Amino acid sequence: MSSEWPLWEIFIRGQHGLNHRHVGSLHAPDAEMAVKHARDVYTRRNEGVSIWVVPSNAITASSPSDKGPLFEPSNAKVYRHPTFFDIPDEVGKM
Amino acid sequence: MSVALDLDLALFEGLCRLGDSTLVLGHRVSEWCGHAPVLEEDIALANVALDLIGQTQMWLGLAGEAEGKGRDADALAFRRDVWDFRNLLLVERPNGDFGQTLMRQFLFDAWHQPMLKALEASSDPRIAAIAAKAGREVAYHLERSADLVIRLGDGTAESHARMQSALDRLWPYTGEMMMSDDTDRALAEAGIMPAPDSIRPQWDALVAEVLSEATLKAPDQRFMHKGGKQGTHSEHLGHMLATMQWLQRAYPDATW
Amino acid sequence: MYAQMVKSEASNDDPHLLAAFQARIDAGEKIEPKEWMPEGYRKTLIRQIGQHAHSEIVGQLPEGNWITRAPTLERKAILLAKVQDEAGHGLYLYCAAETLGISRDEMTEALLSGKMKYSSIFNYPTLTWADMGAVGWLVDGAAIMNQVPLQRTSFGPYARAMVRICKEESFHQRQGYDIMMKMAQGTPAQKAMAQDALNRFWYPSLMMFGPSDKDSVHSAQSMAWKIKMNTNDELRQKFVDQTVPQAEYLGLTIPDPAVKWNEEKGGYDFSEPDWAEFFEVIKGNGPCNAERIEARQKAWDDGAWFRDGLMAHAAKQRAAKVAAE
Repeated sequence: MSSEWPLWEIFIRGQHGLNHRHVGSLHAPDAEMAVKHARDVYTRRNEGVSIWVVPSNAITASSPSDKGPLFEPSNAKVYRHPTFFDIPDEVGKM
Repeated sequence: MSVALDLDLALFEGLCRLGDSTLVLGHRVSEWCGHAPVLEEDIALANVALDLIGQTQMWLGLAGEAEGKGRDADALAFRRDVWDFRNLLLVERPNGDFGQTLMRQFLFDAWHQPMLKALEASSDPRIAAIAAKAGREVAYHLERSADLVIRLGDGTAESHARMQSALDRLWPYTGEMMMSDDTDRALAEAGIMPAPDSIRPQWDALVAEVLSEATLKAPDQRFMHKGGKQGTHSEHLGHMLATMQWLQRAYPDATW
Repeated sequence: MYAQMVKSEASNDDPHLLAAFQARIDAGEKIEPKEWMPEGYRKTLIRQIGQHAHSEIVGQLPEGNWITRAPTLERKAILLAKVQDEAGHGLYLYCAAETLGISRDEMTEALLSGKMKYSSIFNYPTLTWADMGAVGWLVDGAAIMNQVPLQRTSFGPYARAMVRICKEESFHQRQGYDIMMKMAQGTPAQKAMAQDALNRFWYPSLMMFGPSDKDSVHSAQSMAWKIKMNTNDELRQKFVDQTVPQAEYLGLTIPDPAVKWNEEKGGYDFSEPDWAEFFEVIKGNGPCNAERIEARQKAWDDGAWFRDGLMAHAAKQRAAKVAAE
């Protein structure tokens, strides 16, 4: 049968008092397992105190740009949304 | 005087039983790294193996201290031969298919978690401290393995059949976890470690609950293998040690 | 590199759109998945990120080969954590590629069928414990040369994956060098093992950067799109310049008598690797190509019942929930 596990978006609260932040995605058969996977995949270095998981296809995104027709989405598929967290201003040196 | 000496020996034995079981199971689980059915599971299994290796360092480290002959955790892990190992037979069972690996993990976790809980009340504060740290890790191992056993037992016909077959194969190796011998009794009397048979009610209840939800049936079989805790192992352990200890044995004068 | 010899795809898009797209890239803007992009940009990225992801996953195997033989509990834990990180990095990269409209399963099938490639380096065997040192030191060292600039690549999800990967990888090269130091300062047998590992991994590491591409059209297009940040030769030179003094510190000899400081160019001279060997390895004729793909194929086939079983359970739970409502 082989249907692929659905994709989930993972949000993690890094410390008490902070917002949940998008950290990436992963595959899981359902929400409970997505939480478990998120713990294993995205908190390997004790990065979080709380995890949210959202099915990727449940996310409704705004149009990517107001800069005119040039940047209209060629495709409105909702899974085509940014993954992973924002780039920090200074990227750590190796 | 002779009683005190016996207790020292019992303590060393008891700590090796804990540390050897986590060592051997951690090794088995680590064999999956890079070969698991899906990336997310590969990563999750490595976390379990890493926890078990860390616990091994603590248990065998303390065992070496208790022994007082200058052996550290690595000396105990890499320089003892098979008859000196005190791990449960269950954990040296080969990985088999992924279902056998998960079932072995669940049957062990269902014992490991209440065992560590009881060890937190040890009269030896060093043991209580290790048990508290390990207990937090193992609570998650159990949550994960129980969940996967339920899901796969109650999944497809094939996953059900594989989990039932894994259970049938591994069942005769579960009894040893809850059997007490003289060493166990000496440690229990001194309040250092719980008697293994005291874990039985919790293990029975938890396993019954999970298997029922998983639509799996525990075998009727009463016969149970034993001997691992006393150093009588299956052939599998020797092969594992041949791999695991090879570098230390081949280059005994090297440091790594 | 982990993404070697990625051919860029030609674009047949509207020249006005292309010009505006290029202007955004030149201005340093990030391209996000839902935004307009040339078809060639999308396809090239899928190929490049997919190849990078495959390299992480196949790259688990040569090091995984030593997890069960690591000589101390600490070395075992460190190596396992490192190989686990590689699985994580593969996962992040697959997810980044998935935002471009390809599934992880499709990429996996393409890897197994040989349609998609992975880095040539992982087709070399790991024969002794010193290889764990050499892989960390040289292979991760070479990978980092490429990955650090890729944190600034134009495609947002790829750049963000690289940031996370670079952060996590910082310990990988160090643990490799740490093993090399222990070996090089150890017994004569250990030192011989360390030298042997360097001998075997030196040229394959240089090959990781790919053949010279300074005149390549594909490379020029990828650099204009900022999905390739440096030429292969630039990175290779940088790698050699960094590695030669590190080998000297270890008291090991680079297996190339031509390695010599060149004052004029401010870098080391060195011999080219055997590119005929490289192309054979890429074609599938490396020492371990067959085993690597067999291992991935086996994990995929043997794991099917597990993946399906969990899907079936989740579907049952959903159905039960709906029925209860």
